[in-house]
Amino acid sequence: MGLARKDLLRMQDLTADEIRLILDTAESMKQVAGRDIKKVPALRGKTLINLFYEASTRTRTSFEIAGKWLSADVINVSTSSSSVAKGESLKDTGLTLQAMHPDIVVLRHPASGAAEFLAKQLAASVINAGDGAHEHPSQALLDLFTIREKKGRLEGLKAAIVGDIAHSRVARSSIHGMRKVGMEVRVAGPRTMLPCFIDRLGVEVFTDLERAIADVDIIMMLRLQLERQQAGLFPSLREYSRLFGLTLPRLKGAKSDVLIMHPGPINRGVEIAPEVADGPYSLILNQVENGVAVRMALLYLLAGAPQAG
Amino acid sequence: MRILIAGGRVIDPASGVDEVVDLLIEDGRIVRIGKDVRGARSGVRGAEPPEASKGKRSKAAKNAESAINVDRVMDAAGLVVCPGLIDMHVHLRQPGREDKETIATGTLAAARGGFTAVCCMPNTDPVNDTRSVTEFILDTAKREGAVYVYPVGAITKGLRGEELAEIGELFESGCVAVSDDGRPVMNAELMRRAMEYAGMFDLPVISHCEDLHLSGKGVVHEGIVSTELGLCGIPSASEAAMVARDLLLAELTGARLHIAHVSAAESVRLIREAKARGVRVSCEATPHHFALTEEAVRGFNTNAKMNPPLRSESDRRAILAGLCDGTIDVIATDHAPHTIQDKEQEFDVAPFGVIGSETALALTLSTLVASGALPLKQAIAKLTSEPARILKLPKGRIAEGADADLTIFDPDREWTVDAFGFASKSRNTPFHGWELKGGTVATIVAGKVVWEA
Repeated sequence: MGLARKDLLRMQDLTADEIRLILDTAESMKQVAGRDIKKVPALRGKTLINLFYEASTRTRTSFEIAGKWLSADVINVSTSSSSVAKGESLKDTGLTLQAMHPDIVVLRHPASGAAEFLAKQLAASVINAGDGAHEHPSQALLDLFTIREKKGRLEGLKAAIVGDIAHSRVARSSIHGMRKVGMEVRVAGPRTMLPCFIDRLGVEVFTDLERAIADVDIIMMLRLQLERQQAGLFPSLREYSRLFGLTLPRLKGAKSDVLIMHPGPINRGVEIAPEVADGPYSLILNQVENGVAVRMALLYLLAGAPQAG
Repeated sequence: MRILIAGGRVIDPASGVDEVVDLLIEDGRIVRIGKDVRGARSGVRGAEPPEASKGKRSKAAKNAESAINVDRVMDAAGLVVCPGLIDMHVHLRQPGREDKETIATGTLAAARGGFTAVCCMPNTDPVNDTRSVTEFILDTAKREGAVYVYPVGAITKGLRGEELAEIGELFESGCVAVSDDGRPVMNAELMRRAMEYAGMFDLPVISHCEDLHLSGKGVVHEGIVSTELGLCGIPSASEAAMVARDLLLAELTGARLHIAHVSAAESVRLIREAKARGVRVSCEATPHHFALTEEAVRGFNTNAKMNPPLRSESDRRAILAGLCDGTIDVIATDHAPHTIQDKEQEFDVAPFGVIGSETALALTLSTLVASGALPLKQAIAKLTSEPARILKLPKGRIAEGADADLTIFDPDREWTVDAFGFASKSRNTPFHGWELKGGTVATIVAGKVVWEA
């Protein structure tokens, strides 16, 4: 049974049942990674286009491998320049791709809403691989998958998301996803990086890192975009890491079995100390590994599985 | 040409008239106002009150035809006849962006919406900061325009906010106000000098109030919707901080300040307080700001992207309250045409602005009047006598001897907004598909019917 939707644009749209279906499917997909011959024919004859308007290593590679392991034909279209600078509108790029009859287009774009915009233009399924500060659903799903794998459950767990919440698509997708599966969510960061009314998404808001992480099961650190300093959102890297960097001494105040996550790429020594990133509680590389399985599940459920009634 | 408008409910906020009377128009002017102006009923048939029956010709109309010669009798039974509406804030895009709108299409859109005069903002290409551009607009309007066009000149050369434009010459060549609309004059000292200078000609300074630092890269109101959609927000304080500054400068200089498109509750409060102190300030609100909120942006709807942005429900309510208590003097559209391809882009990239000429009257009637928030006469005042007063236009009233600029509308007509049926060249309205009540029946400019349903 597949997902009864054409596109995967945002976690805000998914039901708890859909999330469970994706995670369960990813579990069986993960077995493929352990095989000698990492290939199943589920998407043979299907075409996947990775359309990336922003630099990305892990997400693009992850989708590419996922597509290839499922036997899809995978094409990467990368451009660091925006559609505007390139001179072709996103709409025209979409129509051009459509004419080549892809089955799935994976889009990474710096503008919030770009995936939704493209999805309206295309008959192909669109997977949002990150649109501006809006959503990054496959990241949230792989995080949920990783948490479930380690903890054996999701419901009732408590997570703290720490850092630049305002500009983070990962934060938004994770908040929606975690809330839907029954987790408690806290956000923490400098007041300048907490968007207004964020509490209305059902999260608790903290500006004190130690209090935020005191009794949570998961700490998700977000990457600090260094250019936010010029925008006046924090005074210096030194002060940021003093107040919001996750260090070993700080972790002492957290639960003994707390799990540390980070969507990457990490700024070592800024938002996360190296010994924490590389430490025993860190799931950072598990997240990357599981990313492939979760993306295989998404590709399969959107383009390969028999559709629901 | 002699036209009789018979049996309509004539509402003239300037004189306070609200009664069923006939209007006789001759040579572009209103020559007689009164019951049974041709004397047909008094002798022959007796003085019957005109019947307010729509759909069939009223007795007033039949009587009128039987008397002295007129070229045309317009039966206005059941309809409202008011001074021609004045839209003091439109963008006609000519010269420069004729693919979006021209003076011809923009004024026809205005006529279709019941407007007999529009004030066009100077952010054309080239900018209206010199006599030659003002004269080009006036000449083109005279030749191709359906309604009167009153240009608004730039405050600063090229709208760059660096040096004053030649405001004296702009005034002499026909500009009725100055504004850098679309942009604030960020330099407070320059704004002060602009107010002092424009004050010599008693020209109002129309201010687009926005602190560009606070707006930053914002594309929508900073609120729950910007947070959910991950779009950069423009806080209400971006507008209100500038409103506060300009009110202080108006107080300092004694100049006449008009604040364009008020969108935030804080701005309404500041203006209300300033008016109470006697500051010479007036302001306008747009139909989209009193009919919509930030919720309209959901789905990344670029036809709900404008500057200032659609704000929260409490801001919308504050706008309604400001309209009702007189803090907000004028309803103006900020008609800002953009092509479909310009709007069919990523939300961050699509230009700000929505069109409004052809929906403003119906939105005013449907949203403000039908709900009981604003009496009909007051609503009409904000579209006629108030903009005329602020801009000192010899318009916006119904009187014997006055220009025959009249709008006839049916307050009960129900219709569905179809952007593709608009006279405007552009389609960027957030109201496409809306069911509205109240439609223009005829628009008369200088005694000529320029648009008729």
